[in-house]
Amino acid sequence: MKAVHYYRCMRGIVWREGLRFINQRGRFVAALVRPLVWLVIFAAGFRFVLGVSIIPPYQTYIPYEEYIAPGLIGMIQLFQAMQSTLSMVWDREMGSMRTLLVSPLPRWYLLVSKMVATVAVSVLQAYVFLGIAWFWGIQPPPIGYLTVLPALILSGMMLSALGLFISSAIRQLENFAGVMNFVIFPMFFASSALYPLWTVREANQKLYYICMVNPFTHAVELVRFALYRQFNGEACAIVIGALIVFMALAIMGYDPGRGLIARRVGAE
Amino acid sequence: MTAPPLTVSGLSHSFGKRQALREVSFELNRGDRTMLLGLNGAGKTTLFSLITRLYNHRGGAIRVFGWEIKEKPSKALARLGVVFQLPTLDPDLSVAQNLSYHAALHGLPRREAAVRIKREIERVGLADRMHEKARTLSGGQRRRVEIARALIHQPRMLLLDEPTVGLDIASRQFLLDHVRMLCREEGLAALWATHLIDEVDSEARVIVLHRGRILAEGPVPDVIHRMNAASIREAFDKLTGERSE
Repeated sequence: MKAVHYYRCMRGIVWREGLRFINQRGRFVAALVRPLVWLVIFAAGFRFVLGVSIIPPYQTYIPYEEYIAPGLIGMIQLFQAMQSTLSMVWDREMGSMRTLLVSPLPRWYLLVSKMVATVAVSVLQAYVFLGIAWFWGIQPPPIGYLTVLPALILSGMMLSALGLFISSAIRQLENFAGVMNFVIFPMFFASSALYPLWTVREANQKLYYICMVNPFTHAVELVRFALYRQFNGEACAIVIGALIVFMALAIMGYDPGRGLIARRVGAE
Repeated sequence: MTAPPLTVSGLSHSFGKRQALREVSFELNRGDRTMLLGLNGAGKTTLFSLITRLYNHRGGAIRVFGWEIKEKPSKALARLGVVFQLPTLDPDLSVAQNLSYHAALHGLPRREAAVRIKREIERVGLADRMHEKARTLSGGQRRRVEIARALIHQPRMLLLDEPTVGLDIASRQFLLDHVRMLCREEGLAALWATHLIDEVDSEARVIVLHRGRILAEGPVPDVIHRMNAASIREAFDKLTGERSE
């Protein structure tokens, strides 16, 4: 297999994910409505309850809507990653994942391609959200729309790798409800997506530490800083570290010799 | 001399304490159409999962055209075409999109893939359905598309895991005839798993798999003769001590 075969394979996987996304318009609308509801209703309601002091990367007082916008981008990426997890488990149960797994390309590469496909869709969604949010007064500096791109790719890859690992560990589709309860909600709420961490620290020290070890917090902060043309080195390092760990776990999970698939009882 | 399309030797596999395959050994040659006959739970799907490297085998060896599947999976998988037991087309994509996706997974260039897709889909008589969503096809038509898909990367060996389950008589006959033609005229080796004894004809080879062991193997007339039986059905019943479907 030459480099061009690898390229064609990844292009095919991304293309298919894009087609599926376009075909499922309801999924696209739902993916956008969810953060917009938070932005338009939740943030408006809490605007006068939650004060946001001047904290980096902001240089002045900002409305609450502006504070949670990066968190809502993180929410889009988190849900997209979990949607992809769900479809991986579904594909495995229905048998269509075998089409992917009998490709002659290495399995780790197929997983990376799948991850890239998920990220491509989530980045597209994030930009559509940012476009709509602009009309709602969330107007970061124009160059911020460009500088946020690498942060979106990195955070999307980290969350997608987590999703891949979870998909290798879930035995049945029914277990996905557990993923919602034990992964998506805790990750989202125990993070800096909705409130600055200093407020959490004042309220509960233990929760603050939980938020600090939550990689989603750092993904949100990476995006927040990048959207305002700043680089958050600490967040970047943690997101890369989490990406490596989750990816390694996902590759092990799908490894034909060591993974959970190998231990799973045969289909017969 | 070229290596045989498939050599399985001393293959054993277990899930926990349950032994799914025990010392399974056989070989397929070019142009061989081999029916892997066994009741449900005989170990057919486990054998297919190991040959396609869904998971690794622990004992024995599987060689595809001489390449050990565990050591050289890319070389081996590139030469295999597979039709799975469960339907594996994406229902939301068109027939052409499903086939293009498969071509991409094998690294084929778009133009070449388009030519091959057209050829294969014409051979299974579904050229007029190319741009329709897979969910609009009947079960038999989906199976035809899956056979076309398995051939796009021009494998020299075809694996079919109970491909006729749930199909009507006409669709079943089409698949049997198509695979027969592929073996006879193009020299493909085919391993066709089934529990339906009617699908085993006298021109094929047969492997009788029962509770993870091979009980008999060879051309169908030879197996019937060795068992001193009047038909493959009787031979199967004598071998397994159970009544076949």
